[in-house]
Amino acid sequence: MRAEDAGSRASGGTAELLLELRGVTKSFPNGTVALNGLDLAVGRHEFLCVLGPSGCGKSTALRLIAGLAGASDGQLAWPNGGSAGDIGFVFQEPTLMPWATVFDNVHLPLRLQGRGRRRAEDVVMQALALVGLADFAGAYPRELSGGMKMRVSIARALVTRPRLLLMDEPFAAVDEITRIRLNHDLLDLWRGQGWTVVFVTHSVYEAVFLAARVVVMSARPGRIVAELEIGEPYPRDDTFRLSESYLRYCGRASAALQQATETG
Amino acid sequence: MARRRPERFLRWAMPLGLILVVLALWELGVRWNDTPHYILPGPILVAQTLVADWHTLYPSLLVTLRVTASALAVAVIGGVGLAVLFTLSRMVELSLFPFAVILQVTPIIAIAPLILIYVENTHLALLICAWIVAFFPILSNTTLGLNSADHNLVDLFRLYGASRWQMLRFLRLPAAMPYFLGGLRIAGGLALIGAIVAEFAAGTAGTGSGLAYRILEASYRLNIPRMFAALFLISVAGILIFLALTLLSHLLLRKWHESAARRDG
Repeated sequence: MRAEDAGSRASGGTAELLLELRGVTKSFPNGTVALNGLDLAVGRHEFLCVLGPSGCGKSTALRLIAGLAGASDGQLAWPNGGSAGDIGFVFQEPTLMPWATVFDNVHLPLRLQGRGRRRAEDVVMQALALVGLADFAGAYPRELSGGMKMRVSIARALVTRPRLLLMDEPFAAVDEITRIRLNHDLLDLWRGQGWTVVFVTHSVYEAVFLAARVVVMSARPGRIVAELEIGEPYPRDDTFRLSESYLRYCGRASAALQQATETG
Repeated sequence: MARRRPERFLRWAMPLGLILVVLALWELGVRWNDTPHYILPGPILVAQTLVADWHTLYPSLLVTLRVTASALAVAVIGGVGLAVLFTLSRMVELSLFPFAVILQVTPIIAIAPLILIYVENTHLALLICAWIVAFFPILSNTTLGLNSADHNLVDLFRLYGASRWQMLRFLRLPAAMPYFLGGLRIAGGLALIGAIVAEFAAGTAGTGSGLAYRILEASYRLNIPRMFAALFLISVAGILIFLALTLLSHLLLRKWHESAARRDG
């Protein structure tokens, strides 16, 4: 029920706005201009993929949205309220604390908000169950595989029930099979949880499979140069991956990416 | 498993066997050449002296160990405290770090006599000397460790609005732990050396009761076997300190750090 809801709202174009970036520019003290006039609107419950060549400022854009860095120019607005406070962030690396158990890693955001172990236990275990790791609560990160670590990282991002989930090439470092499985699980979670997801990737195939909308960024200094609606309804599964329309979308996204790389 | 056991046995047996062989050669050499014991005593005579003089050597050992342990404790508190202060304030680091380096590079044997003059309480003076040598590796290693926290984790903590204290408590201190423990192991040995050196300086001035003082005293009386017995106790103390700190490090890190965690398969 909620799934179709989310899908139609995201691709319908009439979605309520969650977040808007207008003319955002970011330059660094060493003179590098990472972003130049970035315009981006993110709808509530949308699954948006940001596709771009390496070093185009995709990560910088996510850091700006998360409030981890300030824009040099331009505006970042949350039209319907909300703030950096209800954001979950998944990094390219699992970024777990090696000295803490899986439970403690997932508990971290709540602990920082002053929720003790006992009061947080149910929520943490729920988050772990969502990513299929309830049996590994007592394990240490070094005992887990790359894909499992990534799941812990996702559980940690969703334990605060954020409205917006920012993902910075989260599956770039895992093997293909794990990546496909994580893609499926992520879509299931997104449909179930009613999040908004901004997912950065340099993989055309991943972007098309996941997103309701793909925006393509140019090479540095980054800005949005193309936008692609992926009209395929959710839920999506392997039949979509093998369909002709998938290949067509990939072809178009790939062409846009190539153009962006060259013109940037 | 079957292959691992003899390997483990050899790990202990080889060095132990070698030590026994060296001791045997030493004893035989001394006997064959009829070396007088005031020049070089054999290991058996040294052992006998150790037992016979235990009533004077043991209290001295305790004195030296007490100085070493308290110097190490103060070095840990001071070193970690200062390292934390350094990470909290760059200005403090810039202002104070040169002093730490000056203390570190000045040979302790050269400052010890001065400290013994200025500080009336000998025990306190010894402690200061041992502390000066032991404190630097803890400070520099812990500072390095506190600054080695994963940048993405730092971002994550900021994203969730962590306070400075939370960042320190939950991120920087645990991340610094392996570095701190590495520094602690070096500092443990250095604290003992610092204590001994300071005792020598104090001993030449005519006061003292630690092991180094026993060595000085025995050398004035040409009691070479007792010098060896005291030397033996110092070495054993150094080895025990090292083993204890290695064990501590292993216990604290074995669950998560690559240096201590056992690899499966």
